[in-house]
Amino acid sequence: MPSDATTSPGSPEDLVADHVLEFPGGYTRTTGPVIGRFLTELRDGRIVGVRTADGRTLVPPLEYDPQTGEAVTGEFTEVGPAGTVESWSWVGEPRAGHPLDRPFAWALIRLDGADTSLVHAVDPGDARAMRRGLRVRPRWKSSRSGHITDIESFVPEVTKIVSPVRMEYRVRPGRALARFLEGVARGVFLGCRCGSCHKVYVPYRLSCPECGVAISEEVELPDTGTITTFAINNLPDPRAPQVPFVSAYILLDGSDIPMIALVGDVPAHEVRQGMRVRAVWVPEEERTASMSNIKWFAPTGEPDAEL
Amino acid sequence: MGNRCAVIGVGQTYYTTKRRDVSIAGLVREAAVRALEDAGLTWKDIDAVVVGKAPDLFEGVMMPEAYLADALGAAGKPMMRVHTAGSVGGSTALVGASLIQGGVHDRVLVVAFEKQSESNATWALSTHLPFSASLVVGAGGYFAPHIREYMRRSGAPDHIGTLVAVKDRQNALKNPYAHLKIPQISREMVESTPMLWEPIRYLETCPSSDGACAMVLSSEKAVTGTPAWVLGTAMRSEPIFRAGRDTVNPQGGKDCAADVYRQAGIADPRRDIDVAEVYVPFSWYEPMWLENLGFAAEGEGWKLTEGGATALDGDIPWNASGGVLSSNPIGASGLIRFAEAALQVRGMAGEHQVDGARRALGHAYGGGAQFFAMWMVGSDKP
Repeated sequence: MPSDATTSPGSPEDLVADHVLEFPGGYTRTTGPVIGRFLTELRDGRIVGVRTADGRTLVPPLEYDPQTGEAVTGEFTEVGPAGTVESWSWVGEPRAGHPLDRPFAWALIRLDGADTSLVHAVDPGDARAMRRGLRVRPRWKSSRSGHITDIESFVPEVTKIVSPVRMEYRVRPGRALARFLEGVARGVFLGCRCGSCHKVYVPYRLSCPECGVAISEEVELPDTGTITTFAINNLPDPRAPQVPFVSAYILLDGSDIPMIALVGDVPAHEVRQGMRVRAVWVPEEERTASMSNIKWFAPTGEPDAEL
Repeated sequence: MGNRCAVIGVGQTYYTTKRRDVSIAGLVREAAVRALEDAGLTWKDIDAVVVGKAPDLFEGVMMPEAYLADALGAAGKPMMRVHTAGSVGGSTALVGASLIQGGVHDRVLVVAFEKQSESNATWALSTHLPFSASLVVGAGGYFAPHIREYMRRSGAPDHIGTLVAVKDRQNALKNPYAHLKIPQISREMVESTPMLWEPIRYLETCPSSDGACAMVLSSEKAVTGTPAWVLGTAMRSEPIFRAGRDTVNPQGGKDCAADVYRQAGIADPRRDIDVAEVYVPFSWYEPMWLENLGFAAEGEGWKLTEGGATALDGDIPWNASGGVLSSNPIGASGLIRFAEAALQVRGMAGEHQVDGARRALGHAYGGGAQFFAMWMVGSDKP
């Protein structure tokens, strides 16, 4: 072979050259009857093993039983195509000669019906899907030539599908919530008083959940109140500005039922039950008929209320 | 209360984070087959099937009764679905029992399940409607303020929740079906875990589990094997938004307990009940429900926990199975409480058996602590 050698100038110690040995066209390998049968079946999309004299099935087939040294029998049997991963090693960065151009596993696969295991590539999509016992099946190349790479790789059996569910609603707030939001749009909380039990509810509603009677008396409530209790949330949530955030039950002055709101302008661990708070509204020009008009409730600095 | 009703078969799956090997149908089938085997019966012996699961968004399965009819051998039989949020497992048992008590059927299969791994319950509980600005994040975010208020009112020391978290996980080590198995569980371990929704720590919450539970309920004349007799059944609900509603000690729970105790002849629950399986998904709910269910006076529940009364060797063991804190396939969790109560009075609870248990309480709650389902079961025919 001619060598593709280049020399570089410099001292003799720096001399370096690439040297490639590649037999033109590649060496041939006569398969013999056992391996030849295996590869012929592969070309047809089947995997076969060969029986040994003592009845074991070797996959891939060998010409001579490694346990006894005896020639194997001429009996071939179809195995798989499914198999079980016995052991595996993850290839995070595939190299040029590898069967796949994305991360994959080299695995020892025991095909169903075989007594030995086969080394091949497994393409699970994600390293976390690899495990001992994983059930896999061959993914065949469409054009086959009678070579172990006729199986492009093994892939996991189907054990899970994704079932997208999506519902779209057109939501109207309804008379009660719409009325409440009219108040919120101009910076006030609208509640109502039940004519039967005289409890004041906020947000505004049309019937009393206790008495079941219709409510007609509207009440305008102040935007100050008392924190009755709260949670400090340490789990991030797209709806919250940051963690930790405090979600509190706030009993507006003059109301008989607390509403849940964010508490701000105070470190989470300084929030107390009984703390007096006031709503912090977004600037008037940014207001809409929405609860997002209220940034949060912030301490007023008054002494705590008795609970 | 109607005709006599007995539990004659109980079947559970092994609760775990992910059952990758079975479909939802396969999961419920596994529990149902075990319940039938326990009762020594086959599918043809069942007259009707009642199925319960958590709200539809939890797994995106909207009509489980249609989907699961085949798996539960319901072809040609009445089948219905029960739907009361977290208490649904308990309600499912009670709907099944009512079909026996009312004389409609002789043998009813009740099944409840959840495959939490198919979705995300916190997402399902946090779907925010337009126009409102809800800040509640999952069940923990909802219940944490009520736990804080209990701590304030009762003056309970901070470590009470830790004690429950340890006790229930120690019990779980004796229950082969339990999900969380933490042999080295200790107060230090629980206290070293982060606050998720303060005052609730990570190890003071229930796990997310896949699992199913089933029971065969029977009329008196159709009993096979060892029965657990139903001594009382009750359900209550209350609106979540109501002025003056006590979210720490809900009236619905008190009324439900009073009703079921009256039917079962329980005058003093702590004295007259041998073991209780109570829905405690966050550790602080043990002292809270001890008071709500009348085992202790208001403000005193935590003292029972602290004194060890609710431990497996205490005078009133609570959640000998490890409870919801150790296994939580949500839709099934209530039914598991009811089934574990039955196992105790049948003397079939294995390593977590309370010696000589003759009367047991099964309890479930759901929604914003607004649905309650309870039953009393006993070894003696009422």
